[in-house]
Amino acid sequence: MNKKYCVYICTGCGIGDTLDIDALGEIPDDEGVNCKTHPFLCGSEGVAMIQKDVDDGKVNAMVIGACSKRANFNVFNFNGCIIERVNLREGVVWPHSREKYPALTEEQKDDSAYCDRIQLKAADYIKMGMIRVEKVSLPEPYKTESFSRKILVLGGGITGISAALDAAKAGFEVTIVEKQGQLGGYAAQMRSQMPVEAPYEQLIPKLVDEKITELGQYPNIEVKTSIEVARIAGQPGEFRVTFKKQGEKIPFDVPFPLPPEMLVDEKGKELDAEAQHAKYLEYNKGKEDILNFDPNAELYGAVILAAGWRPDNITGDAYAHLGVGLPDVITNDQFEKIAAKGKILRPSDGKEAKSVVFIQSPGKDEDDADFPYCGSVTSQVALKQAKYVRNDYQDGKAYIIYQHMRTPGLQENFYKSMQQDNGIFMSKGAVTSVTQSGSELVVEAKNTLLGKDMNIKADLVVLAAGMVPVTVDDPIINLAYRQGPGFRDNAIFGGYADSNYICFPYETQRTGVYAAGAIRRSMTIDESIEDASGAALKAIQCIESANRGVAVHPRSGDMTFPDFFFQRCTQCKRCTVECPFGALDDDAKGTPKANPTRCRRCGTCMGACPERIISFADYSIDSIGSQVKAIKVPSEDDYDEPPFRVLALVCENDAYPALDMVGMNRIDYSPDVRIIPVRCLGSVNTIWIKDALAQGMDGVILIGCKHGDNYQCHFMKGSELAEVRVKKIGDALASLALENERVRFEEIAIDEYDKLPGILSGFVEELEALGPNPFKGF
Amino acid sequence: MTIDKSAPASGSIMVVGGGISGLTTALEAAEVGYEVLLIEKEPSLGGRVSQLKHYFPKLCPPTCGLEINYKRIKDNPKIKVMTMAEVEKVEGTPGDYTVDVKITPRYVNENCTVCGECAKVCESEISNEFNFGMNRRKAAYLPHNMAFPLRYVMAPSMSADDRAKCKEACKYDAVDFDMQPKNIVFKVGAIVWATGWQPYDAAKIDNLGFGRYQNIVTNMMIERLASKNGPTEGKIVRPSDDKAPSTIAFVQCAGSRDENHLPYCSYICCMASLKHATYIREQYPDAKIYIYYIDLRAPGRKYESFYSKLKQDPNVFFVKGKVAEVDEESGTGNIKLVAEDTISGEKVRQTVDMLVLATGMQPTLASDKPKADLKFNPDGFVINDFKKGGMFAAGCANKPADVVSSNQNATGMALKAIQTLVRR
Repeated sequence: MNKKYCVYICTGCGIGDTLDIDALGEIPDDEGVNCKTHPFLCGSEGVAMIQKDVDDGKVNAMVIGACSKRANFNVFNFNGCIIERVNLREGVVWPHSREKYPALTEEQKDDSAYCDRIQLKAADYIKMGMIRVEKVSLPEPYKTESFSRKILVLGGGITGISAALDAAKAGFEVTIVEKQGQLGGYAAQMRSQMPVEAPYEQLIPKLVDEKITELGQYPNIEVKTSIEVARIAGQPGEFRVTFKKQGEKIPFDVPFPLPPEMLVDEKGKELDAEAQHAKYLEYNKGKEDILNFDPNAELYGAVILAAGWRPDNITGDAYAHLGVGLPDVITNDQFEKIAAKGKILRPSDGKEAKSVVFIQSPGKDEDDADFPYCGSVTSQVALKQAKYVRNDYQDGKAYIIYQHMRTPGLQENFYKSMQQDNGIFMSKGAVTSVTQSGSELVVEAKNTLLGKDMNIKADLVVLAAGMVPVTVDDPIINLAYRQGPGFRDNAIFGGYADSNYICFPYETQRTGVYAAGAIRRSMTIDESIEDASGAALKAIQCIESANRGVAVHPRSGDMTFPDFFFQRCTQCKRCTVECPFGALDDDAKGTPKANPTRCRRCGTCMGACPERIISFADYSIDSIGSQVKAIKVPSEDDYDEPPFRVLALVCENDAYPALDMVGMNRIDYSPDVRIIPVRCLGSVNTIWIKDALAQGMDGVILIGCKHGDNYQCHFMKGSELAEVRVKKIGDALASLALENERVRFEEIAIDEYDKLPGILSGFVEELEALGPNPFKGF
Repeated sequence: MTIDKSAPASGSIMVVGGGISGLTTALEAAEVGYEVLLIEKEPSLGGRVSQLKHYFPKLCPPTCGLEINYKRIKDNPKIKVMTMAEVEKVEGTPGDYTVDVKITPRYVNENCTVCGECAKVCESEISNEFNFGMNRRKAAYLPHNMAFPLRYVMAPSMSADDRAKCKEACKYDAVDFDMQPKNIVFKVGAIVWATGWQPYDAAKIDNLGFGRYQNIVTNMMIERLASKNGPTEGKIVRPSDDKAPSTIAFVQCAGSRDENHLPYCSYICCMASLKHATYIREQYPDAKIYIYYIDLRAPGRKYESFYSKLKQDPNVFFVKGKVAEVDEESGTGNIKLVAEDTISGEKVRQTVDMLVLATGMQPTLASDKPKADLKFNPDGFVINDFKKGGMFAAGCANKPADVVSSNQNATGMALKAIQTLVRR
């Protein structure tokens, strides 16, 4: 692209009243770049002025000095052009007023005793914008070598079947792989199920049977039973899937990464890449490396993980008081299996179980939680199973002892309908003991709604065991990724393959793999069917996005992807290790292989790379680094009392919008701070910090999203990694004889804009107390 | 190499409602490649969640996700957003609907730069419904900081004098009182109704005294009181005298699980009150918080652990029981309540500084049914007919749900809409 530059400056919204626009215009002028101003640039006339320059072939790379890039997004939109929005409004003239920072008179302008801190900020921003436009290029979409639009569904239970049907109805080819010999999972092993639609009152026949029949109508759905996935290699759009017979061991079984203790030698020193690889081969003997593609693998575009759950085992001392181990104390799952076979008979002697107690909460009265992994499902299951007792025996009695009856939403109707049955007795209560007395069981409970302790004689006691997601036991998904075969950080979610996000429930750390159903939360059949639709949509969307060469959430539509300058790679593996999405796989030597359709374009690899060889078309070490260098650091040569200069690298997702709010609310903070938005703090390379300090800036502050188990970082790990890197920068600072205090890390949520002025101004004040950077002026 | 550049857009999808569910449906469908028209009746997108301080259980601000969603809209030319727009009538069949949309005048055109000069000169004020009427705002206003689109609105009630002043103050010729209501007809293939919910009108629950006594507020009012952009700049104080409350009681199921009001469980109120306890605790380390409940519904690992963390707080008291009557203590503005503790069977009498009614959700369409071929349950929730296809309800138009379930549901409904278009 032969770039033709122009700088456009809007003088509206107070910009022209506050700033010396002529002086700003001299900045591009000095570089031989044209500068045009307009009093209302976002108005039709202003836009037409720019459009004409574009149409006349005069401009294709422009700096627009006006409002924040978050405003007027659809106005300053010129096809085929590189556009840099310089935030003179929310970033300069709105937070900093002339009342507080009076404009200089003509005499004062030439007097080194005076400096115009607002004008200096605007001038720096124009310079920073100009250099960025020079350094970036327009992205070209990434195209995979091969491409598949097929969807793989892991798990042939109610969720997997529903997902397959939903994707097939949208015209996609689907394969369901089920390790059991038949489809249906737990939903097929029931007697009947809870209602899934209005009026939500009665038990209904198993829906899964109907759905299995429906599968037959879709020739675009293939079903593989008694088959497992040995590995899934590759990336969205071209996942290479190796299937195997259930239980078989084959060379393309997924290898596991070395556990941390094997990555070091006896002295605890980290082994080099080749030694690690040798150990890894030994550790995974008999298995092919992840980068050796199975020639017989089948190609898929995206994956839906619907592998479901298993019933929890109720064992251990914590449950001893519940009579665990007695033959007629069983779990809800065991009860369901008995009910599915016929009338409810008790296991010990086959006697008709006419008095059944359902225990929902095991904690005596010390804890009112239900059993682990219950959610609200087990409350509803107890209601359903109580109804079985009533359906089987006219004189049958069912007792449900609960701490909290959990029938949220419209399922309340089912609860109410069950309450109409006077053979179903329900009470809050704390079960203190279950004991055998002759051929009967005795259940004792206290703090019941009767106002007295209960003592119930029962034929059968049913414990409300939870639904354990199968990911607790096994990675299931078997991704042939260097970071390992499963979803990362499942421990945060109690082993569920769940998302951390409330707003984006399908987003996980593995692009193109979407979990649904009980594998990510205990769900009813109703909820699982619904969840399956969402996962199917996300799988389809991922395929379409990969096909167009654009990123999926949260940088949806971004056409850039990381580019590596391999000649300088030192095989340090940082990028592979730190990528939150496991997008990179390194080879035996440690050279990373990018999988661009796995990539979410956060730039964490770029931030991690000590050799600085990773870049994006419009976002690179050089583009940001040059912006940092474009910041003028005033020294005593310029002013008697030169203002301090601080760099703020700010997450564009949360902290930057919060800064816009500061501007919109006209709240002042130190105008000596220069703000550069970054894709994610994870993309911040410490070279920018070092360069800023080496050129005499007094301090650098990173502001990003909250991290920890409840992380708000849109790229999961970015802000956390940035903080780690900042902590490690101390040595580098020491070598420059600079204090650690010159680099600061702050977490901020988007609504905490009111805290930002204090953080920024406070940091500048602390630096002023520390004294100027000794490199200033060199 | 197979690149199929032709996005499978064999028609377009209309999403009615720009709250979190509607945004989700619209974006998820558009990012597959479909044309989407998003219709919102308010001047800004964001809906109910934009009034919340935090989401449970993460205690993160909803604006964080809204900002990302707005960015997705900005980056996606396939989505068209229309605000102050309401669907009046839908005719046709799946794959081929004709929709009549009414646009209410905003009196501010696209020239608006949000400079705020109009608000500076405007003297007329209106009740601030974003804050449930707890304060007033200028009749020339930006709905809130994070409004999308970022554009002012002029309330129709503005005085003629102020109208002239606002017009005069605007340097960009953005104020236009000649705007008229208009109707636009759209042809779309599928429609997703994401019309959300309204807080149940607490004044209808006669025995709980809302509207009679100033220091009885609703749970949604607590959200606004706790929010920095709310009427008290985030300070939770009682309405009568701005006093910091030292005892606060919550009435769970205020209207929900009640045949006289909402027979169903509103899904979110237990978790919302637990969350509100965290708001109060953050501001008042010693305040005593009483939660009167029937069942505490905090299901699932994440909610359960949120609840159990709160149980560690020695000044949060959970009482299984229903509040039967309330009264105001004369002179103090304190609220006297009578409840029955269902475990002990005893009547509990308590005086608190402030009482919060955990009111439930009522589907917006319950009171405002559109002229469209939709099936409703008796409570006004839309019953989705997947066999027929074409029109679907997402989120709380379909059933009471929390945000995460609404978003799951809304994502799925995007696919149902797409299926309708593919099927043709």
